[in-house]
Amino acid sequence: MVSGKGGTGKTSFTACMATLFKKKVLADCDVDAANLNLLLNADVVEEHNFVSGHKAAINRDICISCGGCREVCRYQAISEDYRVDGFSCEGCGACFYRCPAGAVTFAKALCGHFFVGKTKKQEYAVFAELLPGAENSGKLVTAVRKKALEIALEKGSKIILTDGPPGIGCTVIASLTGASFVVFVTEPTVSGVHDLKRVMELSRHFKLPGAVVINKSDLNRSYSNEIVFLCLERGFNLLGSIPYEPLVSQAQRQAKTILEYAPDCAASNAIRQIHRKLNRRLETL
Amino acid sequence: MKVVIASGKGGTGKTTVAVNLAWFLANCGRKVQYIDCDVEEPNGNFFISAHFSKRISAFVMLPVVDQQKCTSCGECSAKCRFNAIVRLPGNTMIFPELCHGCGLCLLVCPAKAISEDEREIGIIESGMGWGGISFVHGVLNIGEPMPKPLIRKVKEQGLSDHIQIIDAPPGTSCSFVETISDADLVILVTEPTPFGLHDLKISEEVARARGKSIRVVINKDNGTFRPLEKFLEDRRLKITARLPENRKVAEVYSKGDILLEELPDYREHFSSIAAEVFRQSENLEHSPNGVLP
Repeated sequence: MVSGKGGTGKTSFTACMATLFKKKVLADCDVDAANLNLLLNADVVEEHNFVSGHKAAINRDICISCGGCREVCRYQAISEDYRVDGFSCEGCGACFYRCPAGAVTFAKALCGHFFVGKTKKQEYAVFAELLPGAENSGKLVTAVRKKALEIALEKGSKIILTDGPPGIGCTVIASLTGASFVVFVTEPTVSGVHDLKRVMELSRHFKLPGAVVINKSDLNRSYSNEIVFLCLERGFNLLGSIPYEPLVSQAQRQAKTILEYAPDCAASNAIRQIHRKLNRRLETL
Repeated sequence: MKVVIASGKGGTGKTTVAVNLAWFLANCGRKVQYIDCDVEEPNGNFFISAHFSKRISAFVMLPVVDQQKCTSCGECSAKCRFNAIVRLPGNTMIFPELCHGCGLCLLVCPAKAISEDEREIGIIESGMGWGGISFVHGVLNIGEPMPKPLIRKVKEQGLSDHIQIIDAPPGTSCSFVETISDADLVILVTEPTPFGLHDLKISEEVARARGKSIRVVINKDNGTFRPLEKFLEDRRLKITARLPENRKVAEVYSKGDILLEELPDYREHFSSIAAEVFRQSENLEHSPNGVLP
């Protein structure tokens, strides 16, 4: 599930699909704002360190203050008094190779953790936590994806449901890699439509088939219609529309999906219909 | 004065707060510049009604190997931390999407066979919106993984004699860190749900580690959400405004309209956010080295 724009309802929708699909593995690829497990409430059964890339550090007892490192660093990560700013350092190693005194150390960096969780229904979910402000988020997504695939193969699950991140950058590209089908969760707003077009183009770039879900569909009729036209124009199916439902935010507060909180509301009915359609579509793949 | 509007979680209302704060400040007669740093999905222009008068390409440096001079020694590919160079017999290949443009390969090549060229990763557009608001945003090319260098270049367009309202990308990773790197004030927009709170905690931690002044705006407020209130108390975070949840707000947003024009009731909330901006800006002027205490 991707959206381009944030906050269109990817995670809530993924959690709903999670309650409806049988025999699946879940993966939360929004690694720097991972929220899916707040709804799933899975118990952590495995925890892994995510070590990726390097960070430079300068031993100031050995440093001869020649300025060579500051000259070669393109990220302005080294201060005048030769301290490395860990947030700015991209771990390229230029300072390490340039330093004539051997004062730069270049250790592997811990960028976050990823977890395997087991839900009440004995199903598996993989999710991660990037350390605040850390680099290499795309690679952490890849780690989550691979772990989910490994579990799916081991347990014989046919479906991996992936909650993707917003945007179109490295984490989204990493989430789409290896996908068989993309669900675009969008909303009928000027931003939603604009961002949908960009993420559709990205999916085209990777030649992925996909379909669209319009969330909060009755907020704006004319943008809803525009999305329907966009689907026709770009050759994506419309899976369905979910009406704006104020109960959704109340359900979220109790860490529940709308299907659990208000199973009979119009939004829940629409979601179940979308699931049936999506299920049929996935079976044709 | 640089004010960053950020959130961690997507869709909490960053753009809504940024746009309406810019509108409010412009109506107070201030010089305002809107800088959209959400280069993956820039939307501010729809709300500011920006007319672009300038469009430039944004480049990063990309190594170019002179295959004639290259001895296929493999130093560059062995040293590149981003796996962006692969040595094949008689051909050293560069993978542009993986390259961070660090220049290390140039340093380590014993044959001096590597030089650099520019590679476009996106565009920067600037112009004017309503109320005389200066506008600038970056648009990342589709398929381009790294937004950070583009964000840096967008911020370079900042006008120092303006109040800069900077719309941050969602998330809490390197794009967010880059956006707030030189901010004078970070306004975190959150919503009273477990999602909003979870992501607020991470973005607050990053902004705090960067030594930023932080204020919080609660959007889609619909009564007390205890865990959020408790976190804010524990962290001694100041709530600058609570914007009530209202379907009409979402409808106004959907059309790309200005909330404060359509629903004037919300003006008082933005007046308190603006007051906070003015207070910070005065502190900034009175501090001897231009750094906030």
